[in-house]
Amino acid sequence: MTTGYAPLLESLTRLRGIRGAMVVSAEDGLVVAESLMGGIKGPSLAAMAASLTSRASELAVKAGLGAPRFLHLQAADGSLLVAPASSDLVLVAVAARDVPLGLLRLEMLRMAERLV
Amino acid sequence: MTEDIRALSAQFAADPSSLVFLRLGEALRHRGQAEAALKVALAGLSRYPHLPDAHDLYARVLADRQDYATAFDEWDTVLRLSPHHVGAHKGIGFLYYRAGEPEQALYHLRIAAELDPADAGLRTAVERVAGGREIWETPLPEAPPPPKVESTAPVGGAGDPFVGLEGAHERLLLVDQDGLRLGGGLVGPGGRDVSDVVAAVLASTTREAGRAARLLEMGEWNHLTVEGAEVGACLLNPTADTSLLATMGAGLPAGQLAYFAERAAKAARGWLERAR
Repeated sequence: MTTGYAPLLESLTRLRGIRGAMVVSAEDGLVVAESLMGGIKGPSLAAMAASLTSRASELAVKAGLGAPRFLHLQAADGSLLVAPASSDLVLVAVAARDVPLGLLRLEMLRMAERLV
Repeated sequence: MTEDIRALSAQFAADPSSLVFLRLGEALRHRGQAEAALKVALAGLSRYPHLPDAHDLYARVLADRQDYATAFDEWDTVLRLSPHHVGAHKGIGFLYYRAGEPEQALYHLRIAAELDPADAGLRTAVERVAGGREIWETPLPEAPPPPKVESTAPVGGAGDPFVGLEGAHERLLLVDQDGLRLGGGLVGPGGRDVSDVVAAVLASTTREAGRAARLLEMGEWNHLTVEGAEVGACLLNPTADTSLLATMGAGLPAGQLAYFAERAAKAARGWLERAR
């Protein structure tokens, strides 16, 4: 893990039901820093999160949604959450099923503001 | 009456693990000290993440800050933890009413009123939302009422899948797997029709969502919400070979947006079945 992001990611993964968190380069989908539970493949998660963010951003621009602040992919067994930062970085988290996402969303939005 | 904030703060400082944060947070809200109330609510929630009242306090603070999406999710969390929580039913009822869903609002407000019959203000709110209808003698349904408006589009490919739904031609878009527009429409900033330009990327975006869920072994994907600075969008697949986009102003509850999208998806499925 890149040392500078360690406290930020660890504060996310300390939250109940969070299986992992990462800082990802939006442009190339590479891992910048990660704090993941076993079983989660960091490079795959980073690539998928960046790719989904890119697609969603294109759609947001065309639909006039304004710059994406938060993405939430809800699936049967959990959620993928992405908070794009103002830089080229995105903050990514994977949550287990039935995790209250309100607090997590707020934390991620705050943390994304601090990503540089 | 607002409690003495100084005394409550002292109690909280002396014993941060006590439940006095609930009274302190509420007192700070009533005094309009939103930032301080938020700090207290978050401190309490981090210590008591499974306490319904902690989530309820946090939701009220969020509603004060007009962060209705998160407030909705927090009250939803309260009802999962405690289905008979008066405050959560009141809060969700308020948000539904604000979002223009009076029947859903009435359902939750009536539950709250029956759980707390001494709250005269709540009874008045129920009667106001009911709009003069006799409400108290009507049995309360076991579940929130279904969407009152369903598609009545004619059989065949003609017609509109979202006829009767609010925003049918401005906020709902249905496309096939090749990005061909099947129904609805989308109006962008300045009233510009962006339906076709969005249709071209909608199908590929939902395919990407499905691919991400599959590769990350998260099971079947349900929906993708994109929270934009101006507008929020919810994407889903009404059927395996169609994609739907629903939009709402940013600031409305995410749960409300997902609910709106689900209603539209149901209407789209009915329309597609009839067409096929």
